[in-house]
Amino acid sequence: MAEQPAIMSWSEVTEQSEVEVPEQSQPQEPKQAPEPAEIPPTVVVDDVHLIYRVHGASSGKGSATSALSRLALRKKATGVTEVHAVRGVSFVAYKGQAIGLIGRNGSGKSTLLKCIAGLLPPTTGKIYSDGQPSLLGVNAAMMNDLTGERNIILGCLAMGMTQQEAEANYDEIATFSGLNAYNGKDFTKLPMRTYSSGMAARLRFSIAAARTHDVLMIDEALATGDREFQLKSEARIRELRKEAGTVFLVSHSMKSIRDTCDRVIWLDQGVIKMDGPMEQVVNAYEGK
Amino acid sequence: MANSAQADTLSPQGTSAPPGSSEPLADLAARYKLTVSGARPGLFSYTKQLWARRHFVVAFANAKTRATYSTAKLGQVWQVLTPLLNAAVYYLIFGYLVKTKGGIENYVAFLVTGVFVFTFTQSAVLAGSRAISDQLNLIRALHFPRACLPISFTIVQLQQLLFSMVVLCAIVLGTGEPLSLKWLLIVPALLLQFVFNVGLSLVLARIGAVMVDIKQLLPFILRTWLYVSGVFYSLDNYTKDAPSWVARVLEANPGAVYIELVRDALIDSHTDIPLHTWGYAVGWAILMGFGGYVYFWKAEERYGRG
Repeated sequence: MAEQPAIMSWSEVTEQSEVEVPEQSQPQEPKQAPEPAEIPPTVVVDDVHLIYRVHGASSGKGSATSALSRLALRKKATGVTEVHAVRGVSFVAYKGQAIGLIGRNGSGKSTLLKCIAGLLPPTTGKIYSDGQPSLLGVNAAMMNDLTGERNIILGCLAMGMTQQEAEANYDEIATFSGLNAYNGKDFTKLPMRTYSSGMAARLRFSIAAARTHDVLMIDEALATGDREFQLKSEARIRELRKEAGTVFLVSHSMKSIRDTCDRVIWLDQGVIKMDGPMEQVVNAYEGK
Repeated sequence: MANSAQADTLSPQGTSAPPGSSEPLADLAARYKLTVSGARPGLFSYTKQLWARRHFVVAFANAKTRATYSTAKLGQVWQVLTPLLNAAVYYLIFGYLVKTKGGIENYVAFLVTGVFVFTFTQSAVLAGSRAISDQLNLIRALHFPRACLPISFTIVQLQQLLFSMVVLCAIVLGTGEPLSLKWLLIVPALLLQFVFNVGLSLVLARIGAVMVDIKQLLPFILRTWLYVSGVFYSLDNYTKDAPSWVARVLEANPGAVYIELVRDALIDSHTDIPLHTWGYAVGWAILMGFGGYVYFWKAEERYGRG
């Protein structure tokens, strides 16, 4: 039923919601429909736009002649290309939700997460959050020359734990990652550069998941793990949700979206194409 | 049809905007006391956050040092070997080959002290200029006061300096200087220099974060600074005939100030320094330390934008 034309962009939806949506849907699910005042919002995204300014996109600024002529002619940096990655996104996320973000490559999912995390200030619009959202991305930095052991401690300290807390959490993290007995070898004693990409992803996820986050955002981090670890991490995400946080998950795997999320936001070319319960949006996305 | 589908989407459990609320999002956020994500905290709470991450700062510095030498066979032995080899080169050239002492009694001690102390500032500046731009992955992945990074990198240089100081003390003793209580003065001198260097590397970190070209330019600036700081010769010999303001400017130059303090502490035959050199040392440390910190903090929310 949900053909593409039936799907509306967010702005249309919000406009309508203010006028006509009010109570008509509430009788359908009375038990699961507490007053919105009872569930506090954790993240409010208010009309966020993000424009990347890419320097030297057209004429290479590295080339000496072009750089010199630019200086000589006193031109302002030419070849600045603007990429409008997020174009006016608004939504409210509530406590206890696991929200999946889906969409094609380059639809603005990761950029939006970085904005929410406060790592990339939006060009216009505001993002409000309860506590500090943490982003767990595929390229979350670890120090490759150091052992897994030191990376765990360092990661914990960077997240704001004290030395004692970091040491107390160490065993749990090492066990959860499974790296302390990986193929019969203790990989936490080896430098991270010797890890496979999946093993590194395991370690990163384990470190980030060690703390309860008010808002945890996971960017494709589960994609590299094997089936066993995926199951483990999905279970952990469910636990984190219970501990009252909100979880965002960016993924291209509809399986992990189905397994972890209850609400899905479909982004397309920087705008919200659809936002709603998981089943409905995923079905629409898959063209069912 | 579209409407009914959307009505479903917006059911309270379905969880988008609160049904029936026409409240602007900003007011909703304010009602639940949500804070703007990624906003720069006030200077005081920023300092508090930074203090809370002090273990991270130290652990990061230790990790960096270890990582630097982790692929070398001799490992951290290089921390001692590097200054030792440096000193050996200077000893070979200025102790044996070139006999221009410029009227300095213990030239080898004079020179090696100058080189080691100046290297501390020099490497702190270089590391500072890369502290943000080379750590973008870390910055974009985790939240912590960004000032942790330049401070950590300066601590790495401080650790290196301590190894150099051990070598230096051995050399100074070897050149026949007596061990005296005055040596203790190198502790406050180097502490002040550390504060100055932290401030300077914070400034360079902010500049380096937006202006990549600074990395190409810095070596030349630093070399100029090295030559006017009297590392290789006594400044007095050159300022005798110059106008008095030149002498005064060179004397107040922080590069020279900290070198002179350490020389005065370690080398008995070194011309006594005036007391106001300590004044300069304290002044520069406060000015640069605080000024650099505030300057860095002012752009806190912009680091990592790339």
